[in-house]
Amino acid sequence: MKYETVIGLEVHAELKTKTKIYCGCKNEFGGEPNTHTCPICTGMPGTLPVLNKTVVDYAIKAGLAMNCSITKYGKQDRKNYFYPDLPKAYQISQFDLPLCRNGYIDILVDGETRRIGITRIHIEEDAGKLVHNDYDGTSMADYNRCGEPLIEIVSEPDLRSPEEARIFLETLKSILEYTEVSDCKMQEGSLRCDVNVSLRPEGQKEFGTRCEMKNINSFRAAVRSMEFEQKRQEEVLSGDGVINQETRRWDDVKGVSTVMRTKEDAQDYRYFPEPDLLPIIVSDEWIEEIRGTIPELPEQRKARYIDAFGLPEYDAFLLTSSKKTADYFDETVSLGAAPKTVSNWLMGDIAKLLNDKELESGDIPFTPAQLKSLIDLIEKGTISNSAAKKVLNELFNNPEEPEKIVDRLGLSQVSDEGELQKMVQEVMAQNPQSIVDYKAGKDRALGFLMGQVMKLSKGKANPQVISKMLKDALDQA
Amino acid sequence: MHTFKAHEIRDKIKSKELSSQEITKAFLDRIDAVEDKVESYVTVLADEAMKAAKAVDEKIAAGEEVGALAGVPMALKDNLCTKDVLTTCSSKMLYNFRPPYDATVAQKLKKADTVLLGKVNMDEFAMGSSTENSYFKKTKNPYDISKVPGGSSGGSAACVSADEAAFTLGSDTGGSIRQPAALCGCVGMKPTYGTVSRFGLVAFASSLDQIGPLTKDVRDCALVYDQIVGYDPMDSTSVNREYASFEDALTGDVAGLKIGVPAEYMGEGISAPVQKAVMAALESFKGLGADYSEMHLPLNEYALPAYYMISSAEASSNLARFDGVKYGFRAEKFDDLVDLYAQTRSEGFGAEVKRRIMIGTYALSSGYYDAYYKKAQQVRTMIMQDFDKAFETYDVLVTPATPTTAFGFGEKTDDPLQMYMADICTVSVNIAGLPAVVLPCGYDENGLPIGLQIIGKPFGEAAILNAAYALEKTISKVKPAL
Repeated sequence: MKYETVIGLEVHAELKTKTKIYCGCKNEFGGEPNTHTCPICTGMPGTLPVLNKTVVDYAIKAGLAMNCSITKYGKQDRKNYFYPDLPKAYQISQFDLPLCRNGYIDILVDGETRRIGITRIHIEEDAGKLVHNDYDGTSMADYNRCGEPLIEIVSEPDLRSPEEARIFLETLKSILEYTEVSDCKMQEGSLRCDVNVSLRPEGQKEFGTRCEMKNINSFRAAVRSMEFEQKRQEEVLSGDGVINQETRRWDDVKGVSTVMRTKEDAQDYRYFPEPDLLPIIVSDEWIEEIRGTIPELPEQRKARYIDAFGLPEYDAFLLTSSKKTADYFDETVSLGAAPKTVSNWLMGDIAKLLNDKELESGDIPFTPAQLKSLIDLIEKGTISNSAAKKVLNELFNNPEEPEKIVDRLGLSQVSDEGELQKMVQEVMAQNPQSIVDYKAGKDRALGFLMGQVMKLSKGKANPQVISKMLKDALDQA
Repeated sequence: MHTFKAHEIRDKIKSKELSSQEITKAFLDRIDAVEDKVESYVTVLADEAMKAAKAVDEKIAAGEEVGALAGVPMALKDNLCTKDVLTTCSSKMLYNFRPPYDATVAQKLKKADTVLLGKVNMDEFAMGSSTENSYFKKTKNPYDISKVPGGSSGGSAACVSADEAAFTLGSDTGGSIRQPAALCGCVGMKPTYGTVSRFGLVAFASSLDQIGPLTKDVRDCALVYDQIVGYDPMDSTSVNREYASFEDALTGDVAGLKIGVPAEYMGEGISAPVQKAVMAALESFKGLGADYSEMHLPLNEYALPAYYMISSAEASSNLARFDGVKYGFRAEKFDDLVDLYAQTRSEGFGAEVKRRIMIGTYALSSGYYDAYYKKAQQVRTMIMQDFDKAFETYDVLVTPATPTTAFGFGEKTDDPLQMYMADICTVSVNIAGLPAVVLPCGYDENGLPIGLQIIGKPFGEAAILNAAYALEKTISKVKPAL
């Protein structure tokens, strides 16, 4: 039997507000353990939370960017459970009245647009983390992360393959970056996700039993865990087995997931309305004010690149999937560079170098003005395409004005006609047979002579200029 | 000197008739003299208090501006956080806990230049009606040391009643200021929810807890309230509004005041001497030009069960942080993380606290939430509406503060429900978030004080304090013989 895979995601994104969600501590990654803390975020007896309004702004902004309706009368709830990284032994979250509901994101799969539902987006506080010492078996608690603001974005089970889920995650990430509500740095844990996977016989309407995967720290891990789960469930079902509803822990090193807890020992979080906080009442004016701060989103930007710059859809999609890259593109083009040329650089050599150097897309170490100069140098014929690649490399290593790099590395092409004319004459004088061959119609002779001139110029001669000079000289010979 | 009221001390210090060091010394001497019998303090800060008093005296001598209650010695309930000073909640769980910060009320009283004499006893985590649930000691009723002082602010009430401080602060979740104030013959007020910041009050039931004064007379109650009332950005439930001086509002004029007397509080379960004293007080009110009539709060009988559901539910969550990981008590022996929690909480909490945590956990459990917690919240809304309706007709409501006068040690400890009934007159006020003041209105045949409760509209503290002020003048008070 053939099975269809059904995937739903729960994504936690850390909001990049200046301060934490319920106290005045700085919201910053890192720092010595327990230095970004205060009596409030460490849950000392008697302390009380006060909601950071910017967190609501950001969550609504993300919600609007994902086409959600905004809850006008929301509240916060306590999720109760014991764990040493949770100093109050409850997490302030939202249960039945999340800030945003019923939205969607359009994603591009194999050239086709698929609309993926967003069930809800709610705000909550992050927990701290435990540092385990394997040598002496002790654990230390670091509460720096306690009270950092999160939004949890829950998708509908609309995704049908791990690949679709990956594209959804990429698109979601770019929306969060565009709206500037989250840094989306996976390695700092500012974007994390839980994955729900179920299988059903193709054509069946009812969903199969789902399993949830936790401990996923990268998009790659998400995709791998889904592939693993897809295969595992298919094997169970094909063998007439039954899928148990359970939560599984993904081990990215071993590439397998194992049962964390079954439905029977699912925790009862005893949610109830947080009595220390007032309801979140959102006015229409507030929503409109936030709507006004939403920048052009990837979807709109992509359309603009196609319409205004005539870029192919593929280029437009790739450029806009990272806000930084798109911003870089726009700035370079605004300086007068040809859009397609800029696009080729960004998607080609620059993307490759970023990848080689393990930099995030868009983290280009030199300025758009410098890229524009580089492009100008090629177009003016000052440097050859191959020299341009050397300049680019240099821009990554020691960014400075491309003109200076060209000088420093001696990369400029010789376009001085007098000098080139001398070289052409010299080469022709040394190779009379080639002139004969050329006259006899052997085009290869021109190429040979070109090569000789290039050699003589140590590769700096402008090929277009010498090609023309050689042809003229040969015709006159 | 220790019998001076707070406003007298304030005035005498202001007029330099008395120094803060003299009066502080007098209270410390009084503590030395009677504390063995009363046992109201968990922590006495003798050296720190004398130092603070000296600082106030120096400020006055230097002609510097001083706070409104400069030099007045007072004590705080031991669930109000005081920076670097033990704050135990009278629990083994926090036997060694020194908060790194001051509660907003502690800060405000510091700013008012009061002198902190120490921290006073209470029922563990404010759960109880007799202060017998303290892990440390049993506080006695100054009027009869074989009787309880009430609770949970039993230490606060006994301390004031025994003249061991000029005033104290307590906290009131279901009657915890008013019931002990009544049993110990002092004045106690639970203000409107949201008027006094809860920041730094170790939470029992967040939606019901409110801090308030326990004092020797009504004027003191007003002037202490003047110092602690006000919006606090650190407490989201604190109400952002301006308050005029409550002390200045004490005119003693109650002519035309319409008093409602809920029949539900005057019937079965209320002892004869209490009923008699309250009736006599109502007649006194009449004599002052006020008018009273019987009325009904039909939903009142549901207040107690709703209260125990809501307060226990919130407590089960609020007290979850006491897990032995970060501060306070930790069990010595445990096998693993879950066992650390289990052992610490089994050994660290007393029986009543555990009972409430279990009730609350049950009430919030999935499958039971709708039947218990949600239902209780619905009842709460209806009780509020009941009061709203009553206040369309009446300015204030008058009830007994407690069904009986002080009871003996151990009398109700074996029967939690019996103990819970001690709060029958006070809980609905917390459920509705209203202000209520309790003051002595007479004494029973054994000389034990009888308390009368005046309930006001939301933010109606000026009205109830003024009514209490008027009535107080008609009552001849008897000091405890210690």
